[in-house]
Amino acid sequence: MPHTLTISQLTDKLTQGELTSRDATQSCLDRIAAVDDQLNAFLSHDPADALAQADAADAARAAGETKPLLGVPIAMKDVIAVNGHPLNCASKILGDFNSPYDATVTQKLRDAGAVVFGRVNMDEFAMGSSTENSAFGPARNPWDTDRISGGSSGGSAVAVAADECIASLGSDTGGSIRQPAALCGCVGLKPTYGRVSRYGLVAFASSLDQIGPITKDVRDAATLLGVIAGEDPRDSTNVPEPVPDYTAALTGDIKGMKIGLPREYQVDGLDPEVKAATDAAVAELEKLGAEIKEISLPHTEYAIATYYIIATAEASANLARFEGVRYGARVDGASPEQMNRATRGAGFGEEVKRRIILGTYVLSSGYYDAYYLRAQKARTLIRQDFLNAFEQVDLIASPTTPTSAFKIGEKSGDPLQMYLSDVFTISCNLAGLCGISVPCGFSKIGLPMGLQLLGQPFGEPDLLRAAHAYEQVTDWHTKQPNLD
Amino acid sequence: MGNMREDLQHAVKLARIELTAEEEARLGSQLGDILKYVDKLNELDVEGVEPTAHAVPLTNVLREDEPRESISHEAAMRNAPKTANGLFIVPKIVE
Amino acid sequence: MEYEAVIGLETHVQLRTRTKMWCGCANEYGAEANTNVCPVCLGLPGVLPVPNAEALRKTALTGMLLNCDVPSYAKWDRKNYFYPDNPKNYQLTQLDFPSTIEGFVDFEFGEGTERVRINRAHLEEDVGKSTHFADHSGVDFNRAGVPLLEIVTEPDLTGADMAYEYLNALKAILEYGGVSDCDMEKGQVRCDVNISVRPIGQTELGEKIEIKNMNSFSGVRRAAGYEIERQIGVLREGGTLVQETRRWDDAVGITESMRTKEDAHDYRYFPDPDLMPHTPSEEWLAEVRASVMELPLARKRRLMADFQLPASDAEVFVGDAALGDYFEVAANGAKNPKAVANWVMNNLQAKLVETGGSVADVKFEASAIGELVGLIEGGQINSKIAQDVFVKMFESGKSPAAIVEEKGLSQVSDSGELEAFCNEAIEANPGPAEDFRNGKETALNFLKGQVMKASRGKANPQMVGELLKNILGS
Repeated sequence: MPHTLTISQLTDKLTQGELTSRDATQSCLDRIAAVDDQLNAFLSHDPADALAQADAADAARAAGETKPLLGVPIAMKDVIAVNGHPLNCASKILGDFNSPYDATVTQKLRDAGAVVFGRVNMDEFAMGSSTENSAFGPARNPWDTDRISGGSSGGSAVAVAADECIASLGSDTGGSIRQPAALCGCVGLKPTYGRVSRYGLVAFASSLDQIGPITKDVRDAATLLGVIAGEDPRDSTNVPEPVPDYTAALTGDIKGMKIGLPREYQVDGLDPEVKAATDAAVAELEKLGAEIKEISLPHTEYAIATYYIIATAEASANLARFEGVRYGARVDGASPEQMNRATRGAGFGEEVKRRIILGTYVLSSGYYDAYYLRAQKARTLIRQDFLNAFEQVDLIASPTTPTSAFKIGEKSGDPLQMYLSDVFTISCNLAGLCGISVPCGFSKIGLPMGLQLLGQPFGEPDLLRAAHAYEQVTDWHTKQPNLD
Repeated sequence: MGNMREDLQHAVKLARIELTAEEEARLGSQLGDILKYVDKLNELDVEGVEPTAHAVPLTNVLREDEPRESISHEAAMRNAPKTANGLFIVPKIVE
Repeated sequence: MEYEAVIGLETHVQLRTRTKMWCGCANEYGAEANTNVCPVCLGLPGVLPVPNAEALRKTALTGMLLNCDVPSYAKWDRKNYFYPDNPKNYQLTQLDFPSTIEGFVDFEFGEGTERVRINRAHLEEDVGKSTHFADHSGVDFNRAGVPLLEIVTEPDLTGADMAYEYLNALKAILEYGGVSDCDMEKGQVRCDVNISVRPIGQTELGEKIEIKNMNSFSGVRRAAGYEIERQIGVLREGGTLVQETRRWDDAVGITESMRTKEDAHDYRYFPDPDLMPHTPSEEWLAEVRASVMELPLARKRRLMADFQLPASDAEVFVGDAALGDYFEVAANGAKNPKAVANWVMNNLQAKLVETGGSVADVKFEASAIGELVGLIEGGQINSKIAQDVFVKMFESGKSPAAIVEEKGLSQVSDSGELEAFCNEAIEANPGPAEDFRNGKETALNFLKGQVMKASRGKANPQMVGELLKNILGS
């Protein structure tokens, strides 16, 4: 069953000639056909196109080519542009939009030989923590299909957890990779801001968004990051740091590594089961030789407010381009203004409307200083907290989420409660750090939970080393949901 | 618009989003709660703190003035709701 | 009560670059609609801007030409407003940290020179172009994302004519710097005019009224003239003015209200997260500074002083910088620079128009014109022959001396030879010779003409006159 393989396992078999990319791709397609009705991870996929790419990869391999992802099927969150394929951001407003260009990550995946396929589900415009905000229905958690997958990259996590693909790309603005990875039991990596090009990632909050991998194990995350990271002349915010061999960091040796536990992360609403699981994971890291220290991030309680001002302000401008002039599902009106209003009223879902209005409000005349400017200053303080902490420790550990996956519909009436569940993941984006979530156990009712590790800007090698070392002494990541 | 604070109504107008009366009522109250929550930031002393606009401190990222091949006219127009004579057609602009 | 006008101008100028501000699409006028477009300038989902280095250089250069500071920190902001020609529905611009600030422009007005202070010249992007049909509008995004410089004056202008002269001076500077072609026909220069009036002696400004989107300087002059009269009229009749934006109707020659302050835009400016700040280094600034050239007004004054040219000639050379450069080389060291100027402005210019060429195409060295003038002044050739020599210079690129030598065009100044010509002419034309002797001075011109003809134009006309007089008078 090739669809259950990791990138490294599949690559070995492809290299040995035990499998072809066509076998692997077909296996993923069959798996989608078998289980996706229950999961709704895929918004669309094009089997013929995927198989054609697989055949091309097989031919390239036969001709002696070796590339890091040659023939590996990778699913794409519906917010990343792939030339000739739909790009909907799980929204109605884009209508039948078909991208005329490739995102830089798409191009990098192609250059690495990957089979880029499928449009996976998400919260509309990446706004949400449950994928319930998709205009095409929620993605469902493969461990319990009555529960949410997490979000916004819910489809990316579900597709990986349910073995509908070998790995996927998601995007993370305030936890959107790490949180669904935790809730679905896979590995999710948010790279340092500027590490991966954002060109072709439909912007939610430009100063916070990063693309990253969701994978079945830490080694795959390292491999995939190595492919998508790096300089891009099309993205001014991309940092021209050389890309190291991330898999070389996976030594298993974390002796002497200093890991901090933020005092302020003992929040109300932290599920005792989640706390127990992460405490146990931290103990495991200590056993492996890490030095555990308590640290302080004094401005933690302001992170969510800061985030929701900055992210929505940026979003209010980023989403202004969806108004029915050049693309998307137009609703007619007598004037451009009426057409814009009708188009946006009909095309955007409620969470998107809420955030655009909030973001517009905090920037509007008379409120800018009180909200937006103040939030930018709070962001400075939050970032400074982390820079101070990283003078004492190499990594910071915490739960990824305060609870395991909740029931679909359970929190939908209360957006503020939903926002508050981002408490552990949000600061990472505000401070421009890197972060990873790895499976660290299951609740009594069998729901996965995640350990989050945060690293300094461009500290991905340390992050991956620790996550990998932990993974080596546990088997949580090997568990598979039963979907039959 | 009846059920929404005036300052929020102003934002809705600026954002060009048509809302149903029901949405207006619901969003109005939810946004009120969220704004109350974010007022938390008023507790912070931000005197003398520089604002952060970017997560990384890069400067002078520029490109040279060199033409780059673009997409075809057809590709540029193919997603348009309405076109004629190579133009994107919109309701009549009057100002 | 007497009133005075206070005017400030915001002038938008398209920069001359090969590509647009944020993408590699051609910055080119007149292409088929929506052909110079790409995902970036169409504002497709997912795209990002990367600033054009040349646009920043030209902005800094403009700042230097306008005597502005070029601060060590500039950043980009989003100005949010919906409009069908605005692809992202926000415009990237520089709000509080523009690339250049605080300068001035000196320009001639009336008998003297005036100075208008420049508040800032900041860089932003142009929008697409709308065409209006009976029941809909169409948008072409070829222009969207073209680098646009907004040059904002302080309210230092006091009348319509003064505003007009400032604009002409500004245009000359920008053309000089190679910053913009300033082609009004192509919409490369557009102005917003802010006008208020106040009783003379009052220090605070009156209510500011803005006239948007003027696309000709003469339009600005007419609109400002109209608006000043209108505002004074309202105040004289006891009315009040409110801050508002008005539109100029060029056909009718009036302004009409577009919107008042109450429905003014709320642009929600904030720093653009996609673009990093620009912090020009000393090296970068030095590189830009190296291309700073003399301003038109300074050049005019220098041409007048150094070459004793009348203002009108100096203006010709300022107005056509290439011709002016050519003149300066030609006149270098010339004893009679005005004569050199005449040759450049008249003969050379005429030839260039005739052949459709530019000074860059001229085959002979610029110094050859000085030589030609020298030959005339030295009496080696007369001015009629000089015309022929010039034509040959233009055709062949040879030096005037070489042409004169080759064609044997040297002026005949040998008195023996000339005397022979004179005697022949008198013999052949006894009537006119007699007339002259009887006091008819003009008869001499006829005889002179005969001598010139016989010598094929080479005779020194002054000497011929003298000789004829001597012969006939003896």
